[in-house]
Amino acid sequence: MHEVGLMENALAIALNYASRERASRIEQITLRIGDLSGVEPDALRFAFDVVTQGTIAERAKLIVESCPTLCFCHVCQTQFQPTQWDYECPTCQTWSMAIVQGKELELTSLEVS
Amino acid sequence: MCTDCGCSQVDTAKVQIEGEPHHHHHKHTHTIEVRERLLAKNDSFAMQNRDRFQSCGLLVLNIMSSPGSGKTTLIEQIAKSKGDRAHKVGVIVGDLATENDALRLKAAGATALQITTGTACHLEADMVSHAASHLYLTNLEILIVENVGNLVCPAAYDLGETLRVVLLSVTEGEDKPLKYPTAFQSADVVILSKIDLAEAVEFDRETAIANIRRMAPQAKLFEVSARKGLGMEAWLNYLQSLMLLEVCR
Ligand SMILES: Nc1nc2c(ncn2[C@@H]2O[C@H](COP(=O)(O)OP(=O)(O)OP(=O)(O)O)[C@@H](O)[C@H]2O)c(=O)[nH]1
Ligand SMILES: [Zn+2]
Ligand SMILES: [Zn+2]
Ligand SMILES: [Zn+2]
Repeated sequence: MHEVGLMENALAIALNYASRERASRIEQITLRIGDLSGVEPDALRFAFDVVTQGTIAERAKLIVESCPTLCFCHVCQTQFQPTQWDYECPTCQTWSMAIVQGKELELTSLEVS
Repeated sequence: MCTDCGCSQVDTAKVQIEGEPHHHHHKHTHTIEVRERLLAKNDSFAMQNRDRFQSCGLLVLNIMSSPGSGKTTLIEQIAKSKGDRAHKVGVIVGDLATENDALRLKAAGATALQITTGTACHLEADMVSHAASHLYLTNLEILIVENVGNLVCPAAYDLGETLRVVLLSVTEGEDKPLKYPTAFQSADVVILSKIDLAEAVEFDRETAIANIRRMAPQAKLFEVSARKGLGMEAWLNYLQSLMLLEVCR
């Protein structure tokens, strides 16, 4: 899949922030990856090791926070977590595709030294 | 303040002591809040594409499906329906290795350009931007992007299109929409394709349509056979009406 490309984007963002802060090493990178993003965390880890080689992020720790899918029910005005194939509100049984969380592909934070 | 070396960075810094504590060998690390989308660059290219397409009054489709659902065949029929204006149908095709699709589309009269993606499993906005600069956009009536056959990642990449079209062929099974929520949820149009084969594969139309309606309540639905010409008129008329809208904008 395209995890290498995504990790290259993540590294570019990280290096940019690190150089602005004049950091000499990136110790840790935290990503937020939604369950609907189609990305495999294991493949991301593998890609991370490959793309960070020879950079100040080499051997940095990668933290992947996965975020579960959340839908909004217009009837109950609440959020609920759908099961894999079932986007039905557990309270009122209304089907909802108003996805409010789950597609995230984000670099949340860095630890630098 | 750091009790070991007295550095000032301490309210924001987390001190990690390495080795023996009394040797004072430690490094100061601090946290940077970033909160940046990994696809931010793609999205800014997509926005540029969209501006460019809109300024040409051009309708742009991004067609996505699993491999072999009938994307190229559908686009061939769109081109053929234009008769001697078929060359005004511009097509950008993303394919892993071969030029077959582009050759088929050229044979149908379209102005086709292949992006050979090698290992990439989706098209990105900058690839489309580059390909589009090889086309005379103002000469086109419609630009169609045939994405790489894959329902997982193309859905995450905005290309700057006007309309997202997801194809589902009757041979793929009725529960496909449930398995690919992101693709279906982002679709403006869902096309149920190869309906000439429905009977042969004992396709359960009611269930499939119910699943499409559930996952893509926002989408317009067309049922077509590009091979036999079934249902094509409604779809082509719809495209025609959108093209006029786009030109008038
Ligand atoms: N019976 C029938 N076959 C079709 C129809 N549309 C396409 N096919 C056949 O399905 C196969 C795949 O069609 P393509 O149009 O190449 O599909 P595609 O989605 O472009 O395929 P990729 O680019 O490889 O992902 C071909 O053998 C087509 O002739 C249809 O409406 N009916
Ligand atoms: Zn509810
Ligand atoms: Zn094709
Ligand atoms: Zn991909």
